[in-house]
Amino acid sequence: MSLDVELHGALGDFTLDVAFSAPASGVTALFGPSGAGKTRVLRAVAGLDRGVRGRLRLGDRVFMDADTFVPAERRRIGYVFQESSLFAHLDVAGNIDFGLKRQGGNAAGGRQQRDALVSLLGLDGLMSRRPQTLSGGERRRVAIARALAPSPALLLLDEPLSGLDTQRRAELLPWLEALVRKLELPVLLVSHQWDEVHRLADHLVLMDAGRVRASGTLGKVLGDLNLPLARSPEATVVLNGTVSTLDERWGLASVQVGGVDVTVPADGLEVGKALRLRIAARDVSIALDPPGRSSILNVLPVTVTGRRDAGAQCTLELSLPGGGRLLARITQRSASELDLGEGASAFAQVKSVAVLP
Amino acid sequence: MLAPQDLDALGLTLRLAAVSTAVLLVLGIPLAWWLARTRFRGRFVLEALVALPLVLPPTVIGFYLLLFLGAQGPAGRALAALGLEPLAFSFTGLVMGSVVYSLPFVVQPIQDAFIRLGARPMEVAATLGAGPWNRFFTVALPLARRGILTGAVLGFAHTLGEFGVVLMIGGNIPGETRVASIAIYDHVEALDYAAAHGLSLVLLVLSFLLLVAVYALGRGLRVTPR
Repeated sequence: MSLDVELHGALGDFTLDVAFSAPASGVTALFGPSGAGKTRVLRAVAGLDRGVRGRLRLGDRVFMDADTFVPAERRRIGYVFQESSLFAHLDVAGNIDFGLKRQGGNAAGGRQQRDALVSLLGLDGLMSRRPQTLSGGERRRVAIARALAPSPALLLLDEPLSGLDTQRRAELLPWLEALVRKLELPVLLVSHQWDEVHRLADHLVLMDAGRVRASGTLGKVLGDLNLPLARSPEATVVLNGTVSTLDERWGLASVQVGGVDVTVPADGLEVGKALRLRIAARDVSIALDPPGRSSILNVLPVTVTGRRDAGAQCTLELSLPGGGRLLARITQRSASELDLGEGASAFAQVKSVAVLP
Repeated sequence: MLAPQDLDALGLTLRLAAVSTAVLLVLGIPLAWWLARTRFRGRFVLEALVALPLVLPPTVIGFYLLLFLGAQGPAGRALAALGLEPLAFSFTGLVMGSVVYSLPFVVQPIQDAFIRLGARPMEVAATLGAGPWNRFFTVALPLARRGILTGAVLGFAHTLGEFGVVLMIGGNIPGETRVASIAIYDHVEALDYAAAHGLSLVLLVLSFLLLVAVYALGRGLRVTPR
């Protein structure tokens, strides 16, 4: 099952022409600069822009094609707008129950699920408050609860953390991450912040000027040397791993990633915990022999699977034994002296690994 | 303090204002919604038409209504063909005149309130499963309630002060079309200043209180859409 999107339409001087397919589980991030058309895509998927035509399908449910247009109110797609857009004439409970009341079916089951959702989002104490009296972060949580209460088939999140200050963002991001991992429904996330994408996304759709530039799993798109992204100064990969052992003496943890162990600080980690590691291309250097004595903890055996030269710089695509992908940014001179071409075996020395718990 | 026929005139005025306000809300809310929402290019023609009573002498409106509603007018003939009395010089005719005369006072504040709402609350309601009628009644109307209340109070107050239109199409039939403003005019013509004072003071105080209500509403008018 998948979410198949194919949209085209002209809105003023902006032309939208996108097609992508996203798995019907996990988080798919639409990423791109502002004006790329990300929100346009969300609105069209929700059924809010009748000017956009094309095909839209989630599994076997057709929302739109040449002769079908299911109106927004019958799509059962939850939408969290960029501004929380709470109903000012209703209290928090009224907002959360708005969709639930308009949904046919099992009311008792819906009620139970709604109560669980309210506790999960920590909204118990706010139920009789008016939206005007809530903080930005609280409003955001109410908006998310309101969208989820009627058990939608798909959740759309438009920059769920925009407009919040840095501290509020830092608080809300891990919470949002836990929430989307817990949800058993596909999520389409619009973002222009890499940290949100690195933490939340499983699948990535890169957009620019109303078009899709690339789409695929997060690891594949981030590490694709054919995209300008992997050749940019910020090139970064994200790897999924599991904590395998803890070294309490030194406060370190081993994380199993793509068939190798990566050592990271153990702060707050426990054995068996799934997490993501973020490694920037500029923090990876290459050695042909395993370095004897070095302060660098992570030296991983890799195979060079791609190389792109640009000026004095060179970006290498590296494969881990278990299939994960790394990027390394080195000078072209080093790459030539070490004769690093496709198929070469080498050791990646990783200077710094960020843990996204 | 007020003579019985003046009390009658006052009662009739209040009844006229109440009935007209009710009719104005039933017509004005959908009209305001349409004006606030439509992308129809000719919209401004209709807006100008609604606003005409703001600038026209009431006698002009009354004159045309008289032509239209009178026994020889199109409405009068149609009613006569059905065996009914013409509407000129009747309470129903007064209500029709008041509705035309007070329309901008009701439509404009409601239209402004709907415009201030923006499209977002209705979009949110749609994604939560509310159909067009449901979201109009459960989202748009409650969120625009201050604008609607303002329109209703202004329409009521404006109808209280109506004179020219009534004079033209209502005449001066006690208990049927003799409203307070006409009664005051009669008293002044008869140089009965004491009676004119009594009724005038009642209208003055009533209108003032209604406007106080409008401005008190206006203070909290801003509906926060976020």
